[in-house]
Amino acid sequence: MTDVMEKPAVKPELKVVGTRPVRPDGVDKVTGRAAYGADLALPGMLIGKIKRSPHAHARIVSIDVRKARALPGVKAIVTADDFPDLASQEYEAGESASNLRDLSQNVMARSKALYKGHALAAVAATSAAIAQEAVDLIEVTYEVMPHVIDVEAAMAPHAPVLHDHLYTEGLDERPKLPSNIAKRNRLERGDLDEGFAKAEVIVEGRYTTQAVHQGYIEPHACVCSMSEDGQGQVWASSQGQFMIRTYCAKILGLEIADIRVTPAEIGGGFGGKTTVYLEPVALALSRQSGAPVKMVMSREDVFEATGPTSGAVIQVKLGATRDGRITAAEVELKYQAGAFPGSPVGAGSMTALACYDLENFRITGWDVVTNSPKVAAYRAPGAPISAFGVESAMDDLARKLSMDPIALRELNGVRDGVKAAYGPTFHNIGYLESLKAAKEHPHYSAPLAPGQGRGVAVGFWFNVGGESTATVHVNEDGGAVVATGNPDIGGSRASMAMMAAEVLGLPMEKVRPIVADTASIGFSMLTGGSRTTFATGMAVTQAAEKIVVDLKRRAGLLWDLPADQIEWRDGAAVCLDPSKEGLRPMPLAAIAAQSAKTGGPIGAEVSLNAQGAGPGFGVHICDVEIDRETGNVSVVRYTAVQDVGKAIHPAYVEGQIQGGVAQGVGWALNEEYVFDGDGQMENPGFLDYRVPVASDLPMIDTVMVEVPNPRHPFGAKGVGEVPIVPPLAAVANAVRGALGVRMHDLPLSPPKVRAVIDAL
Amino acid sequence: MSKRTHISATVNGDPVEFLTAPSTTLLDALRDELQLTGAKEGCGSGDCGACSVMLDGRLVCSCLVLAVEAEGRRVETIEGMAEGGQLHPLQQKFLEHAALQCGFCTPGLLVAAKALLDANPDPTETEARYWLAGNLCRCTGYDKIIRAVMDAAADLRQAQRVIA
Repeated sequence: MTDVMEKPAVKPELKVVGTRPVRPDGVDKVTGRAAYGADLALPGMLIGKIKRSPHAHARIVSIDVRKARALPGVKAIVTADDFPDLASQEYEAGESASNLRDLSQNVMARSKALYKGHALAAVAATSAAIAQEAVDLIEVTYEVMPHVIDVEAAMAPHAPVLHDHLYTEGLDERPKLPSNIAKRNRLERGDLDEGFAKAEVIVEGRYTTQAVHQGYIEPHACVCSMSEDGQGQVWASSQGQFMIRTYCAKILGLEIADIRVTPAEIGGGFGGKTTVYLEPVALALSRQSGAPVKMVMSREDVFEATGPTSGAVIQVKLGATRDGRITAAEVELKYQAGAFPGSPVGAGSMTALACYDLENFRITGWDVVTNSPKVAAYRAPGAPISAFGVESAMDDLARKLSMDPIALRELNGVRDGVKAAYGPTFHNIGYLESLKAAKEHPHYSAPLAPGQGRGVAVGFWFNVGGESTATVHVNEDGGAVVATGNPDIGGSRASMAMMAAEVLGLPMEKVRPIVADTASIGFSMLTGGSRTTFATGMAVTQAAEKIVVDLKRRAGLLWDLPADQIEWRDGAAVCLDPSKEGLRPMPLAAIAAQSAKTGGPIGAEVSLNAQGAGPGFGVHICDVEIDRETGNVSVVRYTAVQDVGKAIHPAYVEGQIQGGVAQGVGWALNEEYVFDGDGQMENPGFLDYRVPVASDLPMIDTVMVEVPNPRHPFGAKGVGEVPIVPPLAAVANAVRGALGVRMHDLPLSPPKVRAVIDAL
Repeated sequence: MSKRTHISATVNGDPVEFLTAPSTTLLDALRDELQLTGAKEGCGSGDCGACSVMLDGRLVCSCLVLAVEAEGRRVETIEGMAEGGQLHPLQQKFLEHAALQCGFCTPGLLVAAKALLDANPDPTETEARYWLAGNLCRCTGYDKIIRAVMDAAADLRQAQRVIA
């Protein structure tokens, strides 16, 4: 045995990471100080309003703005003519690649309105009332066309076609005619027929979900200003200031250096604020008027003109042996993309069977355009939809086999070394550990009251890394400032400060985290994909580690010792040279105070492209009770188990899990876009689009399983998205338990449940 | 356009005066005329509660109240909740329990929660959930919010007993 082998691999005990300090931005948020998108006002500011299509599908014959322009107080009017007509080009800047032409035409319709609420023109005026009056004075001549919203109707041969240039990609042969089917994707392995031939038990189901909205409480809002020299400034609430900068530059044909974006506080996003709607328009209005322009959406605009996620049809067929081993799985997914291609069916396909170790499977996904708002990312985009189908079918399979649903998932579950259905081989995953924790949780064995039902479902999300920048600066008094380029959507300032404090050996309170504007920090991908604590946290940690190396060097200079004789311990340089006994540790504050003697200000910046984000798995248990008179389903108990890697701030990890569950329960039970025969959304408000309220939910119990991710300095995995994946099926499986009947179509709203009860 | 009306009211204990159009909501007047942007507009239709304020001691959605209705009346907003540099126990408990994520609904929830505890210092969990059912939060699933409110209620009752 050698000394090297003896060296313990265990990290020193953590002092800050894993604790639950008050978040640094908390006081501003409980006192009303925190400034969100709509809270900024500039001198001389105009108010911008958008003219929107009243039709779901119409050719724009003409737009006459003369009367509007003549109205006193109107300072600018823009239409698609004020934006460059961009060519089709895929561009990576949001959560996934966007086509710049589509993005531009979603911001401002060019020749056709593709959904009710599609922007056609915009006005800036000296007051909101004048801007609204001017919007009403804009005269648009339409040629109304037949529309299509249902995904299967849009795929049918004679459906109204949204885009004459859209030919299905991914087929064996290029189709002869354009259609609404943008793409077919396929994942397969083994021999499906052979797999089903081996099966002794087969279950099949066809499931549907409706479009649902992210439902962030803060509507989109921005203030934009463009000066006469072409320098643009944007203050906006979003998931990524660099995303806004890129998209505004592309849509307006500007240089990136000419736009500076300062992130406002963000009032919820869940993926829905990973693209632009207002910002390029407000910049164009400001350019024309010479004054700053503020734009704020109404809630109706948010529902009708920003991205919900897809409504979908999911078909699942599973075959298994009598002892529960799955021999074949076939999944077909049809997702609405809204007005332009790009539904999350790709991710829905890749995640659909990610929890299962399978020899034979085929997953087919269809991306379909429809006359509804272009979908945007929504928390684990695509995954809850496919999981709803697969996990419902798994529940039916467990019932048919008379097997415990968790045991069935354990038997077929992925583990380290298994090649995932979507390609890579799993390492350091905590799925089986999570299943075990769920099985052993008191909830799972608690008796149900008469009329109640219990459901179990699992879910998976990749989690991503990507490009991030962080700077850490040591202040003259030994405190520190951490700057990153990622909007803090749910507590990331806290986790950034904690990681820096841990490395520097400072108490959390001595580290102030900020979210910097695009001119003050290096490029960072947006806050999304559950990447911030992992990727940006890695940049923060590495910057702090660079500072520690520098601090040891500086202590060496002050002590006249080589740096390798110095260790950084508890926020101070400690001399390791036994001959210098009596040399007291030199704290950070002392080194900082003498920084001029050792090379000047102390700071470090790290820009990286983080790789190795650990995928996350969740196992949920849900109990429901059904009011047989009204058909109302109440969730009475809910437990969510998740492999979180290492919880940096456990309270905010729990919060992510609880919030994801609540959104999933809303999706399962009440939320849906309801369209009338003319393609108008009938419920574009929180009264009729029913998100869960406090009295709808019980406490949501969370269990954090910690299987560390070795690629992150503290073992973190992304946590924000996994928890919305299982609830749709967990609720539906619980309803199946309570009713004795499988319901296939979300939401399981009172009228549908009541109809099932009536038919019993 | 009709001329603006002169309004005198009391906001967070201080006399204020402002001009407002007949159609302007109290929420817009607070935000745009008085620069009190703590109350938020999440819906403009009284469904989300982010604009909650107290009007003469009654919890209202300020987006459903006209600014002219504030004449001669008492308005309390989130900006008046902390006193003399001291957070209200509800604010403190929201922080300790991590009862906020994005924070956009937080001002409205705090105003509504304070109204609850003023009216009912010892609510059951169910009572707290129904009282706060008019305040939407999309981030937290309400779990930590309810815990913070119940914890603050317990602390406030304890403080009352000490005073008594």
